[in-house]
Amino acid sequence: MSVSLVKWTASVQGIYKRETTMSSKTVTADKARRRFRAMGWSMLLIFACAIILPTTSYLIPTETANAQVVDDQNQRSNFWRAVREGGSGYSSVKGPETGVFIDNGGQNWRQLRNGPISTYGGWALIIAVLGCIGFFLVRGKIKIGAEISGRKVQRWETWERFMHWFTAAGFVILAITGLSMLFGRLVLIPIMGPEGFALWANMSINVHNAVGPFFSIGVLGMFLFWVKHNFFNAVDLKWFASGGGIIGNAHPSAGKLNGGEKVWFWVVILVGLIAVCGSGFALIGWLAQLGIGDETRATMQFMHKVHAIGAILWITMFVGHAYIGTIGTEGALEGMTTGQVSEEWAKQHHDLWYDEVKGTVVGQDKPATGSGVSHPSTSTT
Amino acid sequence: MAKMKFLCDAERCIECNGCVTACKNENEVPWGVNRRRVITLGDGEVGEKSISVACMHCTDAPCSAVCPVDCFYTTDDGIVLHDKDLCIGCGYCFYACPFGAPQYPSEQAFGVRGKMDKCTFCAGGPVDDNSVAEYDKYGANRVSQGKLPLCAEMCSTKALLAGDGDMVADIYRERILKRGDRPQTWGWEKAYGSAV
Ligand code: SF4
Ligand code: SF4
Repeated sequence: MSVSLVKWTASVQGIYKRETTMSSKTVTADKARRRFRAMGWSMLLIFACAIILPTTSYLIPTETANAQVVDDQNQRSNFWRAVREGGSGYSSVKGPETGVFIDNGGQNWRQLRNGPISTYGGWALIIAVLGCIGFFLVRGKIKIGAEISGRKVQRWETWERFMHWFTAAGFVILAITGLSMLFGRLVLIPIMGPEGFALWANMSINVHNAVGPFFSIGVLGMFLFWVKHNFFNAVDLKWFASGGGIIGNAHPSAGKLNGGEKVWFWVVILVGLIAVCGSGFALIGWLAQLGIGDETRATMQFMHKVHAIGAILWITMFVGHAYIGTIGTEGALEGMTTGQVSEEWAKQHHDLWYDEVKGTVVGQDKPATGSGVSHPSTSTT
Repeated sequence: MAKMKFLCDAERCIECNGCVTACKNENEVPWGVNRRRVITLGDGEVGEKSISVACMHCTDAPCSAVCPVDCFYTTDDGIVLHDKDLCIGCGYCFYACPFGAPQYPSEQAFGVRGKMDKCTFCAGGPVDDNSVAEYDKYGANRVSQGKLPLCAEMCSTKALLAGDGDMVADIYRERILKRGDRPQTWGWEKAYGSAV
């Protein structure tokens, strides 16, 4: 590059020199060089002005005034442009938005729903399930480190367990019926055929809309009764810093609920209760009946997007919760089924909480020491 | 193959709602369902315009794209129809449609809407042509009898045109040429004089 530039400069200078020698006047090489430099700068200035000057029209106010004049002359096209952009008029046919000729949000909603929401959402769900399977294969079940003594501590009261399983059952029903609405056309119609799937979808939508409100009561209950356990504190910070003990065999300290459980709780409340349940009530028209918001297409499109995105996020997190609470961790599920957990599990996973409740230990020590006897069945409690 | 189109000439429509009435009567649509409606833009102002709208039988129909049970189909004539036996009344087609064409017979507790109903271009539905079942579910099937939608047939000013897209376009082009050159092509003044 630079070589050819030098050559070019040299040849231009050569022409100059030849010219100057041709003329009878004695022009020094110095003068020629100055002239050449002046020419270079002028060229640069011309280029700069050619770029900058046209843009100055943006700064001149008369330009907008001109546009205004054009606007006034094109009243008819402006009239139809307003209609195209969703403007409304009068219609003797009464109903919501009957005066609106063109609603533009629908196309946007269609593209989002059929595009990113179902594509990324579908993959998120698949990856969540595969992730759990992969983790299980690599890490296996997280075992209770110590020998099981048979002593138990109470973790969840009966009414708490009822609330949990009531909500969990609702969640599973809603997830299956809801996912059928989004992915059924792609996944289930090829299997069940159009008529079979239409039957299922008809049941799905009705069950979904009817179960949703009761389920929401369960989630609301979880918020009211469990929020006191779920404020973050310094212990949780340390818990997060050590990765929650997922990697390696460390068991970071935790209270009744560890950092991860608290995150799940707030996902359930913020994403689940507020976004998903809230938008669900809007979609079945209950919010509008209470005078909150309306049932215009714009509202429905927005609420559907919130509902779908929030629900997929929720289900993705739920896959992790269900994994950790069942096959992922030895001794965790019985806390929510029987209400009691083994003392060793409590010490291992929730040491600070165990310190608080160890006075309430129930159950027997395991029978007199005998090196051959270990791990008595814990399923009797 | 013909591609069926509606076109409403806003310079001619006088908001008589004859098309709405013709449709309701011909198809016996239930109370509360209006497959066609007339919208008056700038109502009561100088230069107000009226336009009749129903399902426009879109080429890449948004309703069809979002229907979870995939119950829409496009006939060889380019008419967008749907199968009420499959429809679950979810309302998605209404959210997606630009023209507010899909209609629902009821709105009950828990968001139950009933089966969607919309303009069929007077072409019935996916059951036997001109059968009782077809009439009950979808209304008249005039297209199978070689007739055009009754709304357009009965339009008193011939503002609403229906039929093969090429023929409709020819009629409209002829009108425009008669009305004169731009910018009065779409002109209120050209149609009714500048004094009005
Ligand atoms: S119902 Fe709406 S989206 Fe579907 S074809 Fe008719 S105008 Fe188009
Ligand atoms: S209301 Fe019926 S036709 Fe419309 S999208 Fe839902 S299932 Fe399909």
